Amino acid sequence: MTAISLPVSVRARSWLKPHRIALLAVAAGLVVTAALTMRWDWLARYWDLALLGIWRTIWILVVTTVLGFLLAVPLGLAQAAGPRYLALPARVFCTVIRGTPLLLQLWLLYYGLGALFPQFPWIRQSELWPYLRQAWPYAVLALTLSYAGYEGEVMRGAFAGVPRGQLEAARAFGMSRWKIFRRIWMPQATHRALPTLAGETVLQLKATPLVATITVIDVYAVASKVRQETFITYEPLLLLALVYLTITGIIVFLFRRLEARIPSRLG
Amino acid sequence: MQSGLFELLSPNPPGWGGNLLRGLANSLLIAVGAFGLGNLIGIAGAWGKLYGGPIVRDLLETYTTVVRAVPELVLILLLYYAGTDLIGRLLEAFGYQRIDINGLVAGIGVLGVVQGAYSTEVLRGAILAVPQGQIEAARAFGMSPCLMLRRITLPAMLPFAIPGLANLWLIATKDTALLAIVGFNELTQETRQAAGATKAYFTFFIAAGVLYLAVSLVSNVFIGRIERWARRGMPAVAGGGR
Repeated sequence: MTAISLPVSVRARSWLKPHRIALLAVAAGLVVTAALTMRWDWLARYWDLALLGIWRTIWILVVTTVLGFLLAVPLGLAQAAGPRYLALPARVFCTVIRGTPLLLQLWLLYYGLGALFPQFPWIRQSELWPYLRQAWPYAVLALTLSYAGYEGEVMRGAFAGVPRGQLEAARAFGMSRWKIFRRIWMPQATHRALPTLAGETVLQLKATPLVATITVIDVYAVASKVRQETFITYEPLLLLALVYLTITGIIVFLFRRLEARIPSRLG
Repeated sequence: MQSGLFELLSPNPPGWGGNLLRGLANSLLIAVGAFGLGNLIGIAGAWGKLYGGPIVRDLLETYTTVVRAVPELVLILLLYYAGTDLIGRLLEAFGYQRIDINGLVAGIGVLGVVQGAYSTEVLRGAILAVPQGQIEAARAFGMSPCLMLRRITLPAMLPFAIPGLANLWLIATKDTALLAIVGFNELTQETRQAAGATKAYFTFFIAAGVLYLAVSLVSNVFIGRIERWARRGMPAVAGGGR
């Protein structure tokens, strides 16, 4: 062992204590038992569909978090520094979104708007109609609004938490308001909000299976389909849990990388 | 639709208001039960994570990590099927007949296990925030772990735990909506049935939204009071009061 590799091996040894090796052995035993005694023959038949489902879950997650964040910035800004006639609607929006279940919002949009739109001939003749007849635009809309509602509150705190002196210094340098926002306020607020954003993004991932209730085929819907067609209960659900665990792990890892890019000092 | 609004929402049989209110009562019952069960699990879990042996700690870590990373919907299905199946098999093994698990009990159990994971983390953090001297003093007086938990740790950590627990309560009230997917007649499910039968989707979903929102807002008032009570005698937090 060279001196450079020593810290890694020390860390590995402190993590691999005797009881952990025993626990890992038990876990490996459980996995092997599950692989041998449970039924996995359905996997080959549904493989393509499952991959499509995973892709769709990730797609919905990425699109709704990006759109939701873009919407959350003005919501947070309005509440933190906006005039009253902007702050009040933003606050009401965040309260309503955070005070009602997402499932209810999703069904309100899908069933409610879905029943309302066909009544207007000009909507039915518009070019958007082929999309409005599908389920996914409502899923994306509901999840985006939900993320924006929760994130708007986070961004309010983040914008308000940027030290006043930073903004005053920027003004003293003669920066325009837009430049202050772009160069000083926004980056510092985002950096402050990053740990919370990571948590909210995991929550958003956990909200995506709800779209299966309005006929969007995500990975959860694929698992339900397997369950209904083959009458196998546990195997698809366990695999599904594993898929979500993996995606959560990836989200946490990516956000940690993002946080590490900006050095921060413990005060 | 406008003219029939009050007839649709009236609590008497032609209207669906009664069903909605019954659904709300069921939702609240489940939320209270799940929150209570979750906190019991949370207290045990936090205690185990802080003072337990290495194996207990690792097992609890696995529990909280898995439950917090997997969607509630998946957990509800897994625990619902696995739990009812397991209880059925246990009863059969001991020579009793299989019983139908009450949807209410199953809902409380499943959501309680989910809440327990979050509660464990909230309470662990709160216990860590209690000044060490207080717990050391309790030990020095020869208190048994049980007495120390009841007299010192739980009351002293309460002010630190209440914001987190309040969030958990609000999540519990909203998570009850997920039980609609396993067919339990709580508020969201009742709303969908009423909306489907009358085709007045907006009316009913907005009415249910108002009910959920009212629960949240009323809870917030009480939470504020409880927090002030728990913090009595403590100095105000810097930058607080907003």
